[in-house]
Amino acid sequence: MTKYISSTINHFILSIGLLIMVVPIWIIFASSTHSSLFINTNGLQFFLGDNFIDNYSRVLFKQSGFFNEITALKMFLNSFVMATGIATLSVITSLMAAYGLVYFKVKYATFIFWLIFITLLVPLELRIMPSYIVMSKLNLVNTFAGLILPISASAIATFFFRQFYKSIPDELLEAAKLDGTNSWSFFIDFLIPLSKTMIAAVFIFMFVFGYNQYLWPLIMTTSEQYWTVVMGLKTMYGSISDRFAFVIMSMIPPVIIIIFLQKLFIQGIFQNK
Amino acid sequence: MVYQRINSNRKIKMSFLELQNITKIYPNGTKAVNETSLNIDNGEFVVFVGPSGCGKSTLLRMIAGLEDITNGEISLDGNVINNIDPSERDVAMVFQNYALYPHMSVFNNMAYGLKNRGISKEEINNKVNDVAKLLEIDQLLTRKPSMLSGGQRQRVAMGRAIVRNPKIFLFDEPLSNLDAKLRNQMRLEIKRLQRQMGVTSIFVTHDQTEAMTLGDRIVVINNGVVEQVGTPKEIYSKPYTKFVAEFIGSPQMNLFNCKIENGIAHIADMRINLNNSANIDDASLGIRPDDILISDNGQHTCVANLVEYLGSDMIIYSKIGDQEFSCKLSSKINLNAGDTFKFDISNTLVHLFDNTNGSRV
Repeated sequence: MTKYISSTINHFILSIGLLIMVVPIWIIFASSTHSSLFINTNGLQFFLGDNFIDNYSRVLFKQSGFFNEITALKMFLNSFVMATGIATLSVITSLMAAYGLVYFKVKYATFIFWLIFITLLVPLELRIMPSYIVMSKLNLVNTFAGLILPISASAIATFFFRQFYKSIPDELLEAAKLDGTNSWSFFIDFLIPLSKTMIAAVFIFMFVFGYNQYLWPLIMTTSEQYWTVVMGLKTMYGSISDRFAFVIMSMIPPVIIIIFLQKLFIQGIFQNK
Repeated sequence: MVYQRINSNRKIKMSFLELQNITKIYPNGTKAVNETSLNIDNGEFVVFVGPSGCGKSTLLRMIAGLEDITNGEISLDGNVINNIDPSERDVAMVFQNYALYPHMSVFNNMAYGLKNRGISKEEINNKVNDVAKLLEIDQLLTRKPSMLSGGQRQRVAMGRAIVRNPKIFLFDEPLSNLDAKLRNQMRLEIKRLQRQMGVTSIFVTHDQTEAMTLGDRIVVINNGVVEQVGTPKEIYSKPYTKFVAEFIGSPQMNLFNCKIENGIAHIADMRINLNNSANIDDASLGIRPDDILISDNGQHTCVANLVEYLGSDMIIYSKIGDQEFSCKLSSKINLNAGDTFKFDISNTLVHLFDNTNGSRV
């Protein structure tokens, strides 16, 4: 009996948490399916209206921005390219950096590692001027490379991979050595498959991090062709229901990534426990 | 069978595996192995035994190529292998924690080394299947190591070594993670497989039972130095040093500190005639607990302080002067703690050591 009471209480608390998270999103979604006129006169809506297809297709394909040079669809594409680029490059660079630091006889490896680690104290916002100058001298303003490269090395990801590699028993490397592996095949055949879940976790973190970038793309792009979703959010001057529709759509890509990688992601987070 | 190594037509001038004055000093100055020389013949099963930290594993790892050699020379099959990469030495090792590749199926665990040698898929299939059958793990080939029991993992680790058909098997305490019953079973199996395949094997253990039962020859190591090399029988019946005498045999050999004058050992007020003319001030007289002869008309008398009943045997703990000793006898004899008993120590069964250098007299 007490089991049922406690489980009811637990579910009640969890349900409240869930509602606090979901209800605002639902209200925005429901409102985004009404016409602007209806919302302006009747306030936010809890129930679905019948302008869903109208509103969403208008937002996706309408030319917007200051010079009306870009559609929301293009912004999604830009954000997707940028976030995927940042996530992929961070995974690759940090995997390799950690491999070098842990498995090779690098002099002062720990010192180098901490040097990498303290770059966490220097976020992009702090080094935005030098980064911009470097990128502009490389003629990378208004390119995807310019958007991606300065954010494509992650100290925290290097830290995660390093800790994970350190937890792999030495015997595994020794057994592999006797089985005729070399440094490259050990990396490909062992470390990458073993850190699969960790890679998924880092990929998601870095994807969301890249997707949420605002200041850097704002500075790096002068052409509206390179606008990202987050920049678009700030400059959506359409009607209120259009803005709501855009907000809802802007949440979709990270959610999709998490849905696909969720199982690996959760294993990855708890792997080091 | 494919993996059977033919050794009959190989003419051996020198030993198959030769260690010459091998020394290992770690960067922090610890001397793990000191000036060790050893010859191992083809097909021999040699066991390195010693207490933990004695350097036996280091020696094995140097043979495998996993540790640098500070000084000395190792040659295998006529070639010096000091600077040869572990993967090219043609040795296979079974690790204490098995070191299976957790992300690969049992099949791939066994096939990985072969793949790296560029062997054809078909041949790999055949070899892995043959070895899997031999080790009775052919039902498990698709499983991941995490889905296997300890004993099965052990078999896979062995299979991974066998399938490569190496020149030498190296076993680094492979049985210490198994429970007692499984350990005995695997011990027999390792012995049987080694006999069957005739591959030179080196087995490292701290367990003297494993050493005695497995080895054709035993190498007793202490503090980085080889104390004695010999067949199990030699080591047991004629230990060269006090350390070997104490280390091999269960229960431990009794060692009495004594003074020897004209071939007569003085232990407290007990006198034992050794039938020689030795004169040693500081000696140890060793006698195995089962070599103490208990009889009603024995020369010496003692009180049993403690009696341990072990089923078929029992062990009696007693004292001569202030020196404790034990004797092992059949539990059919009726003797309880507190009883007195009479015994003889035959001078043909004692081992005499000089305490100044620990060596046999």
